[in-house]
Amino acid sequence: MEALVAILIGAMTASGIYLMLRMRSFPMILGLSLLSYAVNVFLFTAGRLAPGLPPIIDKAAAGYTDPLPQALVLTAIVISFAMTAVLVLMAIGSFLQTGDDRSDTDGAK
Amino acid sequence: MNHLVISPIILPAVMAGLTILIARRSISLVRILATGTVIGLIALALYGLGQSQPIPYFLGSWPAPFGIVLVMDHLASLMLLLVACLSAVVLLYAYSSGWDQRGRHFYALFQFQLMGLNGAFLTADAFNLFVFFEVLLIASYGLMVHGGGAERMRAGVQYVAFNLVGSTLFLFALAVIYNVTGTLNMADISEKLPLLAEGDAGLVRAAAVMLMMVFAVKGALVPLQFWLPGTYSVTSGPVAALFAVMTKVGAYAIIRFGTLVFPPSLAVTGTLWGDLLWISAMATIAVGAFGVLSAKRLQLTISFAAIGSMGVVFLAVSDFTPASTAAALYYIIHSTLATALLFLLADMVLTQRKTDDLVQPAPVFAGTGVIGAAFMLGAIAMVGLPPLSGFVAKFMVLDALRDNAAWAWSAVLLGSLVTMVGFARAGSAVFWNADFDAPRLTKKINGISLIPIGALIGMILVLTIYAGPVSDWITLLVQDLYDPSAYILVQRLVTGY
Repeated sequence: MEALVAILIGAMTASGIYLMLRMRSFPMILGLSLLSYAVNVFLFTAGRLAPGLPPIIDKAAAGYTDPLPQALVLTAIVISFAMTAVLVLMAIGSFLQTGDDRSDTDGAK
Repeated sequence: MNHLVISPIILPAVMAGLTILIARRSISLVRILATGTVIGLIALALYGLGQSQPIPYFLGSWPAPFGIVLVMDHLASLMLLLVACLSAVVLLYAYSSGWDQRGRHFYALFQFQLMGLNGAFLTADAFNLFVFFEVLLIASYGLMVHGGGAERMRAGVQYVAFNLVGSTLFLFALAVIYNVTGTLNMADISEKLPLLAEGDAGLVRAAAVMLMMVFAVKGALVPLQFWLPGTYSVTSGPVAALFAVMTKVGAYAIIRFGTLVFPPSLAVTGTLWGDLLWISAMATIAVGAFGVLSAKRLQLTISFAAIGSMGVVFLAVSDFTPASTAAALYYIIHSTLATALLFLLADMVLTQRKTDDLVQPAPVFAGTGVIGAAFMLGAIAMVGLPPLSGFVAKFMVLDALRDNAAWAWSAVLLGSLVTMVGFARAGSAVFWNADFDAPRLTKKINGISLIPIGALIGMILVLTIYAGPVSDWITLLVQDLYDPSAYILVQRLVTGY
């Protein structure tokens, strides 16, 4: 379980970074999304992996999983979703106004 | 509970909402609301400065560390006052120059920006700091592209992308910190870190370095400064002037975390932050200075000067002694005002001269004398020549870094020399190297725009004349930072859970 989650986070982070370095807005947005998925799963594991256990008080529960990372992940998801939306809009605006989708400013005057 | 503590966040948030509602009805009402917000914020900051003890605010009345706590202490209040004073000036300039009408929702975004900044200064919770960073960033994305245009949009995408990577890094760091300490309250983390098991030391160090990188992105520390020149040099003048305080949020966060959470006395991290900051700060000074020398546009020159000034701030911060932190704080106040002044002047030059190109001579423009004189004062302050506050600030930094004089003094002094040559070149190109054959640009200079310029010069003068009392007061403030027992005690942390 730990190894699987760790490999998953690592693979998503690596792909995210690779895509982000492509300097074109669409791969960059995909890369940032992958990176934010990776960090969401990572945040989730910050409370240690405890599969099948409830996060809230329950008389029949044998143990608990930490509820706080789940709240943090929710916050992080909302924020990264909004940020991605802003970035997509700005990338479209930039593409329409400059005529290309490069994300570096070297070609600009 | 003292609701005045949370008011610097609530006030702009509510006003921003109202602003959006009434924006279509009456622009004057919107302006009055924005002015009211800023006056309120100045009053709240002064209230905070007048308190002898830090005041906590428990959100939802949850005890710390389970709930989020805001703490209004002297450092937070000082930063609140700096932001409020700067925003008052920027608002007046945005109104007088007409920038507030060259795009939509300027005032709403402006107030959301203030909300994010104030929240970042007040919060005592690491995850909440992340949230307020996002609030101030998302507002800054809107402000950055205010006025539109292809160049601004292109630079905006880069700015957003860079900061999104920073935010992701922030989350990674927070997850690691939560994993090893089980808490996100900054005071609680600082109590838990010294008690950690040996095996967690590596994780803590990794988290500390990731956190430092996040704040370094905000503070434009080399090699994470690449977003700044592109952003500051193409955004509108008032926004660039407001952004002068954005880099200082990074410096604030490093001072707060470096004294509270990762103090040099903490065995796990020790001088890790200081050692990394030290090298990058010197590189930052060099990049800033040579950038000033080589920039082909006035606004770009000032952007690089802003990077260089962050280098000096971080050099002072990296020492993590009370004297150096006090010098860094004084330098932060000074450089915020000086950078804002220069950005506003660059915008006036752009308005009068039609271009801020430093290579091609432009026709003689009206108001050269006034703008040129103000620019010279701003440049003197920025470079750190006597008699303005830049000299006092750099003197304090040099004095505090006496033990490492060979490197620190050389970096600061050589950096200042190169920056001075760069500003002399920029000033001569704009104000003297005119195309005298071309017809003069006779558009009169906007009188009201001179008020915010004068106000900024006034603030710099006050900071210079009262340098003694201000630095004494900052020294007292810094003593509290290095002995954070009061800051921790007022939060009444629940232990043994």
